Amino acid sequence: MNAMTQTSSRFQQGLTRLLQSRVADILSYPHGVDRYLEVFNPLWSVNEVRAKVEAVRYLTNDSVTLTLRPNHNWEGFIPGQFVQLSVTIDGKRQTRCYSPANSLHRADGCIELTAKVHANGFVSRHLREQLSVGDVVILSQADGEFALPEERPEQVLLISGGSGITPVMSMLRTLCDEGFSGPITFLHYANSAADMIYASELDEIARAHDNVTLVRCFNNEGEQGELSGLFSREHLYIAAPEFAQATTFLCGPPPMMAAVEKVWEEDGLAERLHKEQFTLAAPQIESDSAEGEVRFVQSEKMAINNGATLLEQAESAGLTPESGCRMGICHACTCRKTAGDVRDIRTGEITSGEEDIQICISVPVGTVTLDI
Amino acid sequence: MSIFSNLSAEQFETIGQELDAIRNREMADLGEEDATYIRTLIKRQRRLEIAGRGLLMAGFLPPAWLAGVACLSASKILDNMEIGHNVMHGQYDWMGDPAINSKVFDWDNTCTNTAWKQTHNFEHHTFTNVLDKDHDIGYGILRMSEDQEWEPRFLFNPILAGILATFFQHFVAVQSLKLEDYLIYKTKTKEEVKAEFKPTWKKMRKQLVKDYLLFPALAGPFAPFVFAGNMAANVARNLWSSQVIYNGHFPEEVEQFPESVIENETRGQWYVRQLLGSANFEGGRLMHVMSGNLSFQIEHHLFPDLPAHRYARIAPEVRAICEKHGLPYNTGSFVKQSLSVWKRIFKLSLPNKSKDDSGKGPLNGLRAKVVSLTREPQSETRKAA
Repeated sequence: MNAMTQTSSRFQQGLTRLLQSRVADILSYPHGVDRYLEVFNPLWSVNEVRAKVEAVRYLTNDSVTLTLRPNHNWEGFIPGQFVQLSVTIDGKRQTRCYSPANSLHRADGCIELTAKVHANGFVSRHLREQLSVGDVVILSQADGEFALPEERPEQVLLISGGSGITPVMSMLRTLCDEGFSGPITFLHYANSAADMIYASELDEIARAHDNVTLVRCFNNEGEQGELSGLFSREHLYIAAPEFAQATTFLCGPPPMMAAVEKVWEEDGLAERLHKEQFTLAAPQIESDSAEGEVRFVQSEKMAINNGATLLEQAESAGLTPESGCRMGICHACTCRKTAGDVRDIRTGEITSGEEDIQICISVPVGTVTLDI
Repeated sequence: MSIFSNLSAEQFETIGQELDAIRNREMADLGEEDATYIRTLIKRQRRLEIAGRGLLMAGFLPPAWLAGVACLSASKILDNMEIGHNVMHGQYDWMGDPAINSKVFDWDNTCTNTAWKQTHNFEHHTFTNVLDKDHDIGYGILRMSEDQEWEPRFLFNPILAGILATFFQHFVAVQSLKLEDYLIYKTKTKEEVKAEFKPTWKKMRKQLVKDYLLFPALAGPFAPFVFAGNMAANVARNLWSSQVIYNGHFPEEVEQFPESVIENETRGQWYVRQLLGSANFEGGRLMHVMSGNLSFQIEHHLFPDLPAHRYARIAPEVRAICEKHGLPYNTGSFVKQSLSVWKRIFKLSLPNKSKDDSGKGPLNGLRAKVVSLTREPQSETRKAA
């Protein structure tokens, strides 16, 4: 059995090397080997990560949990990192970022992504309503600075809100699988118990591991959690009184993250706080104060600046610029700004003059000219 | 006298609006259907190619050789026409798939993506049938318009047209170099040509190595069969695609325009020029697919970035608009259009008949009218696309 697997894996390695060779490149020129492989099987590729949907589960009423088996181009991930998932909806490729929630040590090599389904969530709704077992999706390699350090910290505090649970869930599962013995506090915020993704699994983990303390905090009145309401310093004193000694990983909606960051800053602990901006804070659209116009040179179009991101303004002007994550990560939407000032909605930084910008996170400050 | 001269500014405006309405409606409707269409077609083309190249490996058996050439020819034709030409027009850019995107896509042809988009998408489609602007009028080799001054080399017009057709991919590949400017008119230096040829040569070399060295080498002792098979498929694609393209713009009634026509041209006038400068040919579904739907050359020139499989559907509407405004809608069978093209090629190998006309064709009258038209009020200036 073992010998057979070895032979087959050696065969696969040899085949991959052959397909990546210069000869294969010229024989398949100009389309490339992948364009021929996919004719036989959409998962076959020498360069691209594609994955087959192995299972689709609905843990809550407004979420979807996918089990994906990536092809051999997948290089793995570090707990906390994200991947870009692409699906085709009505003929058009759509890309979003999700953090794998599974343990690094998952035996079957699959990755698990959980998406919260928003009422207007175009892609998340597709994942919940249309995607089925056997479908093939496109993935990027994992990326992101938010990651469990290779040298595991002595004490871990995981704080999450809503669907921000996924990267810290991966950290928790990984640490438990490794037999990590230091104290772990898992502080999670959700609207209600019914909304909480991974609720029963977290229960089990907390019961099975003495070093794991689970603190659930529900926002809705009358819910049975250890805490209730929004994040506060008091919560922290109850849930994790030794938070100053812990390495903290934070992921959740922007207002909650801001509240947590404030505490860590006040206490001079900012360096011990690792954070992942999971959802982008919507730009504060003040259409009254938005001035000037957006000029799209190549397509000879123009729009009155309405304060939304340049990507959104381009799309409502009827353009179809390339885009991907829509949160400033993948750089698919990068294009040339030939004139004008823009504000980065993540940092508030304003830059001016001719430069390449990511239009998904840039809002115009006055008149802006884009070379698209 | 051209119909172009008889239309009023209002008529141009109305025609423009009517055609824009079709365009907007179709563009808003893009979706799953178009994506499935192009993906299925690409899959079929790749299968044909794999089958063709596989069969040619057994090319020492005559039936396998013939079937291999047929499959590979069909693959190259589909790759260049319905897939390559249309994808590089950006017809499927909205899908967001890098493999079907005009920025990235390259075809099984010696012409580079960049050079093609310059000479074809930009020059030919913007300045369609405008003399001295649209290099596709004769490709710098042929005399395809009475207004092109006759030179002794044009005595060989039919032979040159045959050579152009046989080696079409290579001529198209070097079209952007405008070689006649170096060889005949001496307005270009050798160094300029050399520098411009570099990227083209890089691609040509790869294509030649693939078809004439590597694939034959894979067949070992049967290499000559593969070599010959690949050459046959390349020539078949060249002959077919060149005839399809000749038929689109060179049947006898198709109009050509003086350069003055594009000054201050309105969108309506641009549309009408595309209508008058293009010709369709009729046929079944297979004929349309194999010609990359350039059998609907008129619709293609009106809406070059609309997925081409939609042209058949909108053709009756376009034709109705033409009839309403008294514009000709040039169409006929493939044979009829081809004969008409070759008649023109033969006719233009000789100088124009009447002495007065020599070097000045029917464009003269039009020239005057165009000048007067383009001096209409400011509202006429070309609108943004």
